[in-house]
Amino acid sequence: MKPNIYTYIAVMAIVTYLIRLLPLTLIRKEIKNKFIRSFLHYVPYVTLSVMIFPAILTATSNRFASAAGFVTALALAYTRRSLITVALCSSAVVFLTELVPGM
Amino acid sequence: MKRYDYFAAGIGAGIPIFLGYLAVSFTFGIMAKNCGLSAGQAVLLSASNLTSAGQFSGLTLITAGAPLTEMAITQFVINLRYCLMSCSLSQKIESTTPFFHRFLMAYGVTDEIFGVSVSRSGYLSPFYFYGLVLISALGWISGTFLGVVSGSILPARIVSALSIALYGMFIAIIIPPARKSKVIAGIIVTAMLLSLLFTAAPLLREISSGFRIIILTLVISGAAAFLFPVSDAEE
Repeated sequence: MKPNIYTYIAVMAIVTYLIRLLPLTLIRKEIKNKFIRSFLHYVPYVTLSVMIFPAILTATSNRFASAAGFVTALALAYTRRSLITVALCSSAVVFLTELVPGM
Repeated sequence: MKRYDYFAAGIGAGIPIFLGYLAVSFTFGIMAKNCGLSAGQAVLLSASNLTSAGQFSGLTLITAGAPLTEMAITQFVINLRYCLMSCSLSQKIESTTPFFHRFLMAYGVTDEIFGVSVSRSGYLSPFYFYGLVLISALGWISGTFLGVVSGSILPARIVSALSIALYGMFIAIIIPPARKSKVIAGIIVTAMLLSLLFTAAPLLREISSGFRIIILTLVISGAAAFLFPVSDAEE
């Protein structure tokens, strides 16, 4: 018999919550070990970089538009624009590029 | 700063996440409807899980009538990256912060909320985090609802354009620190090139995106920590 839809949702939610919860509750103290501290310091940069590229190139419905949005985001981020400015401007560039005939 | 100020700052910082989530969950809502879920069920799924890849794969398994163990294992594998993010976040919470906050904060550990939280210097206020989670979840849940009730409210061009918003936000998070630190700049370039390799090369491309993130994070962060240990002053 197929499991109930609500049972599926509950299993998904519980597994996902526990993965998020366990490290937060088990690691309560400040870690002193220099290697682990350095490791955790670098984690966000690696994780976000891996998520951005090359996935960003296939994020929109058009590869050229995605590339244009990518370059826009890099340029604006380099000049230290805010998160919302970078997010909206790269979206706007994608929108405009997709309007170009033949794209 | 008072609690309310932190909360308000979190909401403000979460606006790009709101927009990006709206677009992604809109697509999710359309898919959920096609898989036979009602608007209530889809909203419940989005509200209780707050994760993109896990929910999309979950839909596939629900439609296939997969066993619950398979569902549990799939969610575990796809969402295991959150474990690394929570480890990193655990070090951003001040030791004097009451313990119960960690149970509430755990709900909101997503790629995007994590990214914005860690980009703040100093300790992370739970109330800032709650502001981020509230605005983000609002986008995720309302997008899901809109996707189910009408697949035609948001024009396809808008959805496509907003789909890049979250990537833009990620870029705005990592690039400014890379200007200050050659090590971080090197890490970003290395991570992107290896990610490209893992996406394109035979055999390597068979590895799921969740594991690609975990493997590369462990290897690159580990190598960087070994080669360039961070002094407390730099953090």
